[in-house]
Amino acid sequence: MSLTKTQSVAEIKARNKELIAEVLEVYPEKTAKRRAKHLNVHEAGKADCGVKSNLKSIPGVMTIRGCAYAGSKGVVWGPIKDMIHISHGPVGCGQYSWAARRNYYIGTTGIDTFVTMQFTSDFQEKDIVFGGDKKLLKIMDEIQELFPLNNGITVQSECPIGLIGDDIEAVSKAKSKEFGGKTIVPVRCEGFRGVSQSLGHHIANDAIRDFVFDKMDPDAAPKFEPTPYDVAIIGDYNIGGDAWSSRILLEEMGLRVIAQWSGDGSLAELEATPKAKLNVLHCYRSMNYISRHMEEKFGIPWCEYNFFGPSKIAESLRKIASYFDDKIKEGAERVIAKYQPLMDAVIAKYRPRLEGKTVMLFVGGLRPRHVIGAYEDLGMEVVGTGYEFGHNDDYQRTAQHYVKDGTLIYDDVTGYEFEKFVEKIQPDLVGSGIKEKYVFQKMGVPFRQMHSWDYSGPYHGYDGFAIFARDMDMAINAPIWKMAKTPWKGVPKPNLIAAD
Amino acid sequence: MSSLRQIAFYGKGGIGKSTTSQNTLAALAELGHRILIVGCDPKADSTRLILHAKAQDTILSLAAAAGSVEDLEIEEVMKIGFKDIKCVESGGPEPGVGCAGRGVITSINFLEENGAYEDIDYVSYDVLGDVVCGGFAMPIRENKAQEIYIVMSGEMMAMYAANNISKGILKYANSGGVRLGGLVCNERQTDKELELAEAMAKKLGTELIYFVPRDNIVQHAELRRMTVLEYAPESQQAQHYRNLANKIHNNAGKGIIPTPITMDELEDMLMEHGIMKPVDESVVGKTASELAVEMA
Repeated sequence: MSLTKTQSVAEIKARNKELIAEVLEVYPEKTAKRRAKHLNVHEAGKADCGVKSNLKSIPGVMTIRGCAYAGSKGVVWGPIKDMIHISHGPVGCGQYSWAARRNYYIGTTGIDTFVTMQFTSDFQEKDIVFGGDKKLLKIMDEIQELFPLNNGITVQSECPIGLIGDDIEAVSKAKSKEFGGKTIVPVRCEGFRGVSQSLGHHIANDAIRDFVFDKMDPDAAPKFEPTPYDVAIIGDYNIGGDAWSSRILLEEMGLRVIAQWSGDGSLAELEATPKAKLNVLHCYRSMNYISRHMEEKFGIPWCEYNFFGPSKIAESLRKIASYFDDKIKEGAERVIAKYQPLMDAVIAKYRPRLEGKTVMLFVGGLRPRHVIGAYEDLGMEVVGTGYEFGHNDDYQRTAQHYVKDGTLIYDDVTGYEFEKFVEKIQPDLVGSGIKEKYVFQKMGVPFRQMHSWDYSGPYHGYDGFAIFARDMDMAINAPIWKMAKTPWKGVPKPNLIAAD
Repeated sequence: MSSLRQIAFYGKGGIGKSTTSQNTLAALAELGHRILIVGCDPKADSTRLILHAKAQDTILSLAAAAGSVEDLEIEEVMKIGFKDIKCVESGGPEPGVGCAGRGVITSINFLEENGAYEDIDYVSYDVLGDVVCGGFAMPIRENKAQEIYIVMSGEMMAMYAANNISKGILKYANSGGVRLGGLVCNERQTDKELELAEAMAKKLGTELIYFVPRDNIVQHAELRRMTVLEYAPESQQAQHYRNLANKIHNNAGKGIIPTPITMDELEDMLMEHGIMKPVDESVVGKTASELAVEMA
């Protein structure tokens, strides 16, 4: 069904440029001028994708972005399982971020772990007028009484906290003292700050630095016996178990994973990380800040990796091993060799069904580039991609390591643009979020949620790739699409699909 | 029932808004008008001269104690004072916490929803010094005060505040129909005060509707938590407030949309009247020691 397959790169580029001009045409002049900077056709060899990013969205365009609170509570802090995260403010933000992002964890919920529970100060009018500090004190007392096995508390600020000037730092400090030095972290992640969830990630990273690292005695002996092979997984939120299927590969190659940030992570793991020998960073966007800080302060090197698809996994395992001795390097080769037959089998099964299929992506932190390799391992092609809240360094990485010449790039895409692009390009698959899913399915385009893995996963690691391949096949080759055509309209015969 | 008049007193902090408004309203009450005073200042001191009370229970403090404002009854917050004037205080948080502006909005909505404005002739809002945020602009928004009376004096900052308040009125004048009723000068005995106040009124496109002379009797009455109208009804000062009350009463529907001026225009006006000397731009931002070097 895709139109792109028969076209040359030059034709594709021309078509994409025309398409950009077409969507810009409907905007008022000023909006068109601003949006034009966020849309581009990638030119091979360029250092970045040629788009502006991390700028304010235009009111009325239906941006797909979230807010700073989402970045801190939803992404960075929320998965820390043995701490209780208070959504501080009116009830809505807490309600809609309840149960997290499928950040799987091990523990007994409500006893020693709390990720899928929701704690909120449920602000009422009087809390706005008279301030919410007293209520926050009371909530902390109740938490301490009802959930005595919690290992710490964070205060995730919603918008009104910043407007009425509540002193959550003073409350946190006082209660920390009262509770015998318990870690209590005030986070100033009010939703109106910044242009997207990205600033929330940064603020949350800084809060870990200021209220976890800086409270620790730098000369204290580690609470564990260190080895030369200690690494921390940074920026894996364990969605559908992603961090687990990553962790086993690192362990199989001889490394010891001392912390997961922050999927299935704990306060003790955050505190252990300054003793790591290497930080391996998956989601660069949301956790590069703390990785850089640990490099500067504790001298811990960090390395970005990509565990989507066997090509990138092998590349990444070798890259990680290069920081260690021959034992680990051999370990990496052993792991790659061990899983090769499994990967060959997965590719043998699914590649014939997916070969040549085209994909358009629009996701968050790392996936607009990181999953491209996995699609390519299945013979598929990513023809358009963009970031909700990426910065220029994300687009640099995308341009230099991932996208092909002529790929359509759309930063902070608007609802209208995304629909138009998909309508004209007619990819075989769209990968984006829940808000986009039904729009495209109703257009007759197969869709996978690439934030939550559509309630599937894991997609990371070798085990994850097998599931990823199955899911993509399931979406694209589902028999339903044959029935989605309007029978009385003289549509051309659909291409034969692999399932036939 | 004659139609309800809604008025509000604004002005720089410490200018004598509450004193002027309570005395004027007491005079209006003497004329037989039924009056409600809504204090919109977290300090809750807009009705003390009418009630002889230091502070009354405020809407917000009672609402906080009861759980929410929905749990309150109007009778709990409305007190009756001199000449049957009804008094409510919005109240608000102590300095440094919470959001007093939101408190004003909450209180006014509560009063409207609970029929506080029935069977009265005048509602008067007494608002704290500066319109610092949207909450304190509540009384000048849609369907609230029709006329604003700005209490000012011949001091520069008082006129500056009057000009700023006019900007606020202008902002809401077209959407809500609020008008500037006029300026009330509360004498401070500064140089050329009457002349300046009249010039200011002219600039804003309004009138100085009354010049209230300074008289120590106001102090004597205040110390007894009384209006002059009650403490010394025969005094000359009481007569002044009656005159002002009459002016306001006869000013119905005569409010205007103000024409606020720029800071530069305000300074020019002060210079015209010889209050301010022209500024030598070459000395702006220089320290005393830098100037000493230049002089040498």
